[in-house]
Amino acid sequence: MTTLTAASFRVDRYQKRALMAGGVSAAIFVALAAAPYLLDPAITSSWIKLFYLITLATMWNLLAGYAGMVSVGQQAYIGLGAYGVFVFNDLGFDAYSSALIASIAVGAIALPLSFVAFRLRGGYFAIGTWVIAEAVRQIIIRFDELGAGRGRSISTYTGDPVFRNLFTYWLALGILALALIVTFYLLRSRMGIALQSIRDNEVAARALGINVSRTKRIVFTIAAMGASLAGSVICIQAIGVASPNQIFSVSYSAFMIFMVLIGGIGTIEGPIVGAVIYFVMDFYFSQLGLWYLVVLGLLAILVTLFLPKGIWGAIHERFNISLFPVGHRIVPIADHIPTKVLSNADV
Amino acid sequence: MSLLSAQLVSAGYGDSRAVSDIVLTLAPGELLALVGANGAGKSTLLRVLAGAHKPTSGSVWLKDVDISPLTDFERNRLGISLVPEGRRLFASLTVLENLMVGAGSGRVGEWTADRVVDTLPMLKPLLKRNASRLSGGQQQAVSIGRALMSNPEVLLLDEVSLGLAPIIIDELYESLAVVRQSGLGIILVEQDLSRTVAVADRIICLLEGHVVLQGAAGDLSHEQITDAYFGHSISSFSNPELTTEEGLQA
Amino acid sequence: MIFLNALIQGILLGGLFAMAALGLSIAFGVLRVVNLAHGEIMTLGAYLAYLSLSALGLNVWMSLLIVVPAMGVVGYWVQRLMLQRALRLSELSPLLVTFGLAIMIPNALVEVFSNNKKPLPTGDLAVQSITIVDGITVGVLPLLTLVVAVVLIAGMQLFLARTKMGRYMRAAADDSDTLRLMGIDYRKVYAFAMAIAFGIAALAGVFFGIRQGGVTPFDGQLTVLFAFEAVIIGGLGSLWGTLAGGIVLGVAHSLAGQISPDLPLLVGNLVFLAILVFRPTGIVRSKVAA
Repeated sequence: MTTLTAASFRVDRYQKRALMAGGVSAAIFVALAAAPYLLDPAITSSWIKLFYLITLATMWNLLAGYAGMVSVGQQAYIGLGAYGVFVFNDLGFDAYSSALIASIAVGAIALPLSFVAFRLRGGYFAIGTWVIAEAVRQIIIRFDELGAGRGRSISTYTGDPVFRNLFTYWLALGILALALIVTFYLLRSRMGIALQSIRDNEVAARALGINVSRTKRIVFTIAAMGASLAGSVICIQAIGVASPNQIFSVSYSAFMIFMVLIGGIGTIEGPIVGAVIYFVMDFYFSQLGLWYLVVLGLLAILVTLFLPKGIWGAIHERFNISLFPVGHRIVPIADHIPTKVLSNADV
Repeated sequence: MSLLSAQLVSAGYGDSRAVSDIVLTLAPGELLALVGANGAGKSTLLRVLAGAHKPTSGSVWLKDVDISPLTDFERNRLGISLVPEGRRLFASLTVLENLMVGAGSGRVGEWTADRVVDTLPMLKPLLKRNASRLSGGQQQAVSIGRALMSNPEVLLLDEVSLGLAPIIIDELYESLAVVRQSGLGIILVEQDLSRTVAVADRIICLLEGHVVLQGAAGDLSHEQITDAYFGHSISSFSNPELTTEEGLQA
Repeated sequence: MIFLNALIQGILLGGLFAMAALGLSIAFGVLRVVNLAHGEIMTLGAYLAYLSLSALGLNVWMSLLIVVPAMGVVGYWVQRLMLQRALRLSELSPLLVTFGLAIMIPNALVEVFSNNKKPLPTGDLAVQSITIVDGITVGVLPLLTLVVAVVLIAGMQLFLARTKMGRYMRAAADDSDTLRLMGIDYRKVYAFAMAIAFGIAALAGVFFGIRQGGVTPFDGQLTVLFAFEAVIIGGLGSLWGTLAGGIVLGVAHSLAGQISPDLPLLVGNLVFLAILVFRPTGIVRSKVAA
């Protein structure tokens, strides 16, 4: 075996491919943004759901797939995002700005809550997040102004249904783009590498000097803000919340977990694939009633046990495709070429 | 007929090979010592024999039965008992409870908790003590006693003296001499060459996963063994004719 | 006197929470599996009891003779067929599998039994009570629940300490790979522990159903939180701690209920979160890992 020296290798962060993926994604988003002008509004407004599902799945994947935190309590932030729309709308902001302001408020709530949740690990962390979600719901329903246990509707919203749908569509699309961009850059940053080492071995990561709690806390907060934005979209699309039990339902966690597992946990593409599959399944099979949820649960179990990398993971393994490269590879470079070790860690 | 044998066993971890094409046999009542430097593949070989590590090729036989398809707990029930590297006691159990769990295979015979304590007298005052509160030597004694509780025909001992004080090692080896009297076959992995040579009937020296020297303990010179141990003269493969004057049974 | 009464009612309620938490504590102690479907297993047990009542004409207590072993068998096979595989895959896998079960079970129950409450009548036992002094009355059923919980915990402790299988369970919790070297297939030990956990969960589910006057499909989503809170308040890995945790939670519920009937759940959750912040190892120091 030849001797390996740092000089004879460089780290390839797939920069070209990342740029290409960025370009193609940008084109897709422009096309999607223009879609309402070209297609039947009924079709495009049904995509709003797809957009917030991908957002939710991406955020849960960031939390569980990259930072190893299995939360079954993200409905806390979905619900808060929805109720945040009421709060800021009542204060005079339009519904769409309220969604954005609410997400910041939710981030400010999630950060201190992480100090509570991080007292627990693994499965107990999961339950802890669930308890937090329950507590948040139980507090929210104590406010009469927020409709107490009955839910309520947005006070001032865009009257024209066509424009309302259009604005909501763009909001949902914009939030999705934001979620994907933040995730992508987070994972390509130094923190992405830190996250992966935490997921692989938290003790070792700590020993390497990675500030594990801080990194996890940042991810926890970002994931909460993403869930909040999705929750706001859900609320705005329905012009309100039918019942707090529904918007704070643990079913949202079930859907997120399902999407991420089916698609492929720990990849950027997986949650997108999973969300599309769930969206289509939901469209065709939701008339099966609750049996549909039984099937979802069963599929989640089967995928966990027999296809642990999900559909995208299986595709990636077989064909070695990666649309959004966040990893790196070591590439040998000829000895006589002046060495330039690229450190693209902060691209 | 050999008690235990390995036929062309190879094993490794991932892509790296730890042992290659090992052939060995153990006769009833025999004490076979596996020696070799760190990373020579001794522990891996022992774990393959016990069924705790899956070989990539080759077979393991107990008497005339091919036990290759059997896993560790099935082999234990047939009479192969491993004293694992690092002792691996059940930390929340007492010493006596550790011994009782050792009898899990349900094999009955001369080894009972009383007999184990007689043979390893240092355990006597410790029976009710929690295994997490033992010294290294005491832990090793429990680990050996626990393995005996299954009344094995083959006892596999991994790194008995590692990290222990000489006086404790002496005590453990005295006990092992008593254990041998019951007629079971023993394979012993040791780093301590002189001690190994002193007790073994036969020695196999491993270097980088290969058998580089083997023969009766009395037939091998100290130089032969150290050469093989450090890999200085790999060419001096085992030659039964090659006897030396230097008696090694110190 | 009102306060004292509430305190006593809370302690009795704590027996129910501790019983609900016991199975969870065992599954975590032996297998390190956090069973997110624990509440649903309780609910399933209660429905099984309801079926025994309606189809076989048994009374609730007789039905336990069917329910507990049946759910034990279910637990054994859930462990062997699903969780064992999941345990080898990753730390997340058992969580995801049990969450899958937690989604399947209540929805299937709705489709089969509807959302209506199915009664688990216990005759006049439900209304019987003992008056200790004026103002303090103890219901026979809550008292029975607490006694059963204490007996179960004591029995489990004895089982773990004195029996062969109990020793294997503690050994498996320490080092399952080494247990294999002792001729013991730890997968069976794990499955047996899960069988006990499911059996006790089912029993707790029946007691919960009796207290609530019946069972509905989504009860498990509530009880799983009580159970987890009791385990964590008490301190992981201690069965008596689980009892203490259940009692703390029960007292919190009971006292909050004195202020307003819609407060117990919220106050219970807040007490749990507060203990998490101020005493994350639980109120009882764990001595043995089981």
